[in-house]
Amino acid sequence: MTTVTQSAATAHEAAEKDTSQVEQKRMIADHFEKLTRAKAEGKKVVYTFVPGNLTELIGALDMLPVLPEINALQSGMRKKSGAYIAEAEKSGHSEDVCTYVKCDLGMLKNGNIGPTGTKIPSPDLLLLSYTGCFTFMKWFEILKEEYKCPVVMLHVPYQSDGEITPEMRQYVVDQLRDVVIPAMEEVAGKKLDMKELARRLALSKQAEDDLVAVWESAQNRPSPIDGYFGGVYYIGPIFSAFRGTEDAVTYYRMLRGEVEARVKAGEGPMTPDGPAHEERYRLVVEGPPNWTHFNDFWRMFSREGATIVASTYTRVGGLYDTGFRHNPESPLESLADYCLGCYTNLGLPTRTDLLESYIKRYKADGFLINSVKSCNSFSAGQLVMLRELEKRTGVPGGFIESDLVDPRYFGKANIENRLQSYLQMLEARRGRASA
Amino acid sequence: MSAWDETDPLREVLSRSLSLVEDLSFAEVKRWKQAHPGQLAVGYMPIYVPRPMLEAIGCLPVAVFGGGGPPAIIPGGSAFQAVTCPIPPPTPELSLPGRLDCIDGMLFPSICDVIRNLGGIWKMLFPERYGAYVDLPQNFDPAIGGKFYGQEIRRIARELAARGAKPLQDDALRAAIKRENSRRAALEALDELRQKEPWRLRASEAYLLARAGSVLDTETHEALLREALEQAPKRAARVYDNVRVVVRGSFCEQPPLGLIRTLEAAGCDIVDDDFQLGLRSLSGDIDESPDVDPVEALSKAFVTRGVPTASRYIGEEEKGRALVDQVRATGAEGVIFAAASFCDPALLDQPMLEGALDRAKVPHTSLKFGENTGQFQVIKEQAGAFSDAVKLWGSAA
Ligand code: SF4
Ligand code: SF4
Repeated sequence: MTTVTQSAATAHEAAEKDTSQVEQKRMIADHFEKLTRAKAEGKKVVYTFVPGNLTELIGALDMLPVLPEINALQSGMRKKSGAYIAEAEKSGHSEDVCTYVKCDLGMLKNGNIGPTGTKIPSPDLLLLSYTGCFTFMKWFEILKEEYKCPVVMLHVPYQSDGEITPEMRQYVVDQLRDVVIPAMEEVAGKKLDMKELARRLALSKQAEDDLVAVWESAQNRPSPIDGYFGGVYYIGPIFSAFRGTEDAVTYYRMLRGEVEARVKAGEGPMTPDGPAHEERYRLVVEGPPNWTHFNDFWRMFSREGATIVASTYTRVGGLYDTGFRHNPESPLESLADYCLGCYTNLGLPTRTDLLESYIKRYKADGFLINSVKSCNSFSAGQLVMLRELEKRTGVPGGFIESDLVDPRYFGKANIENRLQSYLQMLEARRGRASA
Repeated sequence: MSAWDETDPLREVLSRSLSLVEDLSFAEVKRWKQAHPGQLAVGYMPIYVPRPMLEAIGCLPVAVFGGGGPPAIIPGGSAFQAVTCPIPPPTPELSLPGRLDCIDGMLFPSICDVIRNLGGIWKMLFPERYGAYVDLPQNFDPAIGGKFYGQEIRRIARELAARGAKPLQDDALRAAIKRENSRRAALEALDELRQKEPWRLRASEAYLLARAGSVLDTETHEALLREALEQAPKRAARVYDNVRVVVRGSFCEQPPLGLIRTLEAAGCDIVDDDFQLGLRSLSGDIDESPDVDPVEALSKAFVTRGVPTASRYIGEEEKGRALVDQVRATGAEGVIFAAASFCDPALLDQPMLEGALDRAKVPHTSLKFGENTGQFQVIKEQAGAFSDAVKLWGSAA
């Protein structure tokens, strides 16, 4: 998938900035700086995907990660994706397929300029973490033709029955040990130091503990966070280049402190227009956000006093709130469990169970599905989930359709109308209940 | 009314195949179940699953297709948004009017995100019926991916045995592998015939004969194929001035029969295709020797000799080389890409395959088909223009 706005820059320009956001911005700028210098300094660059990313492993081998999904969403936020997609379609890519891929290809054809305005270096290795999305495989096959660099596949079995069996774990471990690590070592030109990997996994665990505390804070009324629009900023560091680093530990400690201070003060979350004033609706959201009109989309909720108390999108790069933590004691098994547990790698029944638990745990008034055209991995079957969740929870569901980075599929008026009718319905329901 | 002349020696076997293909009520499956009381019919999404394992435990494997065939009834709202490929809307809901009642369980092989999610929908809509995702390995080392896949085969066999199938026995599996090898040889002979003498057996006819196997056990299907092979040479030879083409992209959702016939009517002899890939996913025989563990034989055949297709990782190999090789081997003059709309694997693969064809100077054209595509005029014109261009200039330009 999909993820994460790495840069805190664009969306919050007008809003007040938390210290953690300033820190995140510094971290990102620093990472892109390193990428800019990578070739000159002989550092190897690994492209990989957000779900199932092996950041600790990449870092332990002293290589730098690049996540094309993040570049695509950044292009969406910077209003460049429309032209990139058009360019990819002109060169023969179908209208019907994932727009992240086409956006990335368009960006590549236009010099591969990243969000900070500098050129992103070409990959020395494509690490195909094949976790819960078939498009990933095609995407890197296409990139392999463009960059003529090696690609290594990590096939992560799908959790269709909601459990990680010993066979699944062993299969991933076997691949890590016998295929992935040797391929990475060859590109890195050095052997993996298992102690260094374990050190990084311990740092991951610390950051994960703090992130979960941030998610859990949404049980408060008002919720001090928006777990979807605000949430995509919170996952930035941990889903991208920083898991397993001291920077990430500092960031999440800082973020947790800020959120806890807001709870003490009885404050709601930040919005694009500053601090939220009122919490009228508590919602759970399934599906990725739209990036081309991110702030418009957010405002449709925040201006109505709708706070997203939990979302599944913010779990695509790792699902920590059901208990998983990286474990330095068993590095490879732990990396395997991490890859196997990402939200996009879960079967529809498990996804539905998770949403049900969010609706109940965070005492949501409603849940909303943003079904994106691009992404069969997320979208195929969401209507079944909707019906099932309504049946199980008695909480009404809403359904809107858009796309990740293709501006042609963001019908602002239509989405706004649908959302308003949905919120009005929640209001009327509330009125009936109190009567 | 039969599409074949009364004097046509293939008329009977082709008409029988057509009625098997068009029968959405699965009458043949119901007949099989009556003849085999207590045994299970196991449906699968129409690409590769380990069919010999199913037969070895006494199950009838049944390929279940999506919406490209005759119109399927979709009661109630759809489970899918309008921007999904044509496979799923009718598939889970086929059951609602009782159509899939004779199917005791479904297998969902890991081909794409749609089939994967469809597996989840099946479990949610029909919790009492068996449903399993078949996680086909993308690591092709027998000691890693092969080992994992062997475990998958045993797991599914165990789960089906818990629902009334026979326990998996080595001898029964070897016997089923033998039958599969023998059927595959018949399919190969059929392919060879239509490649050498496409006028004797058209691709649309070979397609019907192959697809008839969707509801037949291996032995019965092979008998039908052999019957066709015996009758085909008796057909009067006619030579057309057609262009020889390879069709790619329809490995899962099948194009309507009318579309295949339209391509033929537009002057194309389809000498190779990826329709009915489920029956042709492995190249060469599966090892049936008595000293080899048959589950290992099955998994090893998949990891080491699977044919290239969009949902199979190609590693460091050059994308499209297999297609170019196939074009050369079959003496094809061009390629037609025919993918279902919104089919991610086929459509994402296509530009890379087109690139390989361009480099090899093989002409190509592409079309998409949607659910119940019924109007073929545009396709006829496009394919006609393509075949004319290839005939005249040896290129699609
Ligand atoms: S199909 Fe979905 S999950 Fe896969 S790359 Fe595209 S947006 Fe991400
Ligand atoms: S037609 Fe394509 S997208 Fe649809 S289920 Fe089959 S492989 Fe998947």
